[in-house]
Amino acid sequence: MIASLLRVAAMTQRYLLLLASSWPRLLELVYWPMMQILVWGTLQFYLSERSSSFVEISGTLVGGVLLFDVLVRGQLGLSVTFLEETWSNNLGNLLMSPLRPVELVASMMLMSVVRAVIGLLPVTLVAIFLFDFNVYQLGFALLPFFLNLVVTSWAIGLFVSGLVLRHGAAAESLVWSLVFALLPLCCVYYPVGVLPEWLQPVSLALPPTYVFEGLRAMLLENAFRADLMLRAFALNALYLAAALYGFLRLLRSARASGSLLSSGA
Amino acid sequence: MTLAIDIGDSRTELQAQTSGRPLPTSFMERLERLPARYFARRRPAALALSVEGLTKIYGSTAIVEDVSFTLPRGATLGLLGSNGAGKTTTIGMILGLVTPSQGRAVVLGHDMACAPYEILHRVSFVSPYIAMPAKLTVRQNLLVFGRLYGVAELERRIEELSEQFEIAELLDRVFGGLSAGQKTRASLVKALLNAPDLLLLDEPTASLDPESAEWVRELLGGYLRQHGAALLLASHNMQEVEQLCERVVILHRGRVAELGAPRGLIEDYDCADLHEVFLEVCWRQSSGCDLGASAF
Repeated sequence: MIASLLRVAAMTQRYLLLLASSWPRLLELVYWPMMQILVWGTLQFYLSERSSSFVEISGTLVGGVLLFDVLVRGQLGLSVTFLEETWSNNLGNLLMSPLRPVELVASMMLMSVVRAVIGLLPVTLVAIFLFDFNVYQLGFALLPFFLNLVVTSWAIGLFVSGLVLRHGAAAESLVWSLVFALLPLCCVYYPVGVLPEWLQPVSLALPPTYVFEGLRAMLLENAFRADLMLRAFALNALYLAAALYGFLRLLRSARASGSLLSSGA
Repeated sequence: MTLAIDIGDSRTELQAQTSGRPLPTSFMERLERLPARYFARRRPAALALSVEGLTKIYGSTAIVEDVSFTLPRGATLGLLGSNGAGKTTTIGMILGLVTPSQGRAVVLGHDMACAPYEILHRVSFVSPYIAMPAKLTVRQNLLVFGRLYGVAELERRIEELSEQFEIAELLDRVFGGLSAGQKTRASLVKALLNAPDLLLLDEPTASLDPESAEWVRELLGGYLRQHGAALLLASHNMQEVEQLCERVVILHRGRVAELGAPRGLIEDYDCADLHEVFLEVCWRQSSGCDLGASAF
């Protein structure tokens, strides 16, 4: 057990050292979330000035942007950490070492949280000072929101990383794009009821939907919906287990197909 | 009171001190029923590597077919073959990177298809095609890998090997900024950090000038002798193979075409050196002459 934790710590150290040594990597973590919040926050101001009825729901726009970025940054944090190994031709070194696949996954999950926090902390401060939206006012409710979104991001990140492992560079574009397929379905900016009836069950099968519904309940009704968080948690447990199983199966498939020999391994 | 449990060839003495009262019968019965493996001293595997009928088929093409050889502990074996002969795939199956279609590779007594993680900490592999992360310094890379392999007294080990391989002045330089030769030496240091019992090298001196290559070969030879480690060397440098390897396996189109000691093969084929033997074997295989693999 201790040896396992030490290996996870070693890998986390490797990724932290890489991040600390590269200012473009650090800048990229903050850049896109900052652009997002500037655009959407300004849009929120504009609409609030134009329509008094919008003022009521304006916080949900910026709040939605921030929380969706947790999902995006979390997923990219995990997947890009994995891609760093393929880009640096280091995957083979790792797969031939005593490092177990689940230990590699654990270190990628840790880095996912680190990268998300580095990217979003400055953005939350900008939201406070420029757009008068303080996400920390959500209080303790922020924690289940954050945790649920991070776990969903892990599930997506593991899935696309497994695809890259098995199919190589051809699957890399999915790393950057797949999470955005959730944008219309997770009801980031609008309630589930706005969707067509036939699409609502699909939306309700996604854990982030409950997080964003919970956000709107907090901001508009000042109510913390624990039931929504529990449903999100239950779905996340299922999806994470499936994603981890899928990743390990894809790794096994990559060993059987010999693709590890040609994909940086 | 002393209990002696005789299990086959292994004897373990279990000393139980009591206050003078005999141990309860049920306790003694439980001891006797315990599986022998908890008490038997593990015998170290006699072979560092046993490759048994390794085969890898992609679609309908056999990239490696029925490859078998053994490598005793402390011995050295060269793995030769033309490009596409199956060397890399064979090494991949030995290391657990590729799942064999048939056959198995047993490393230090462990089947790599079933229990690779029990033994990988005692194995190392170096190849110019698998690099350490370029953005970290050499020292940072060695620290990370040393921790992955559970190396004790890691910093002292890094200093010691860095002095031996003359990369001490490179430790705080970014790995990606090193020359090819410097990267090779740093990679060899990384490979020896965990003092492996089985060392697999793929073209270890490809990027080195002749003087440096000779010096590295002497260092490697010294390490093998000192630690009793086994070496599997894949190389196109026949002089290097002759110098380092007691036996060679020549692969051709995925199959073992020849196996034997370099000197013996040179005599058998009436050639001047191993380079000529290699060419002769490849030519005969390509032209369909039935050589028959040497017995091992």
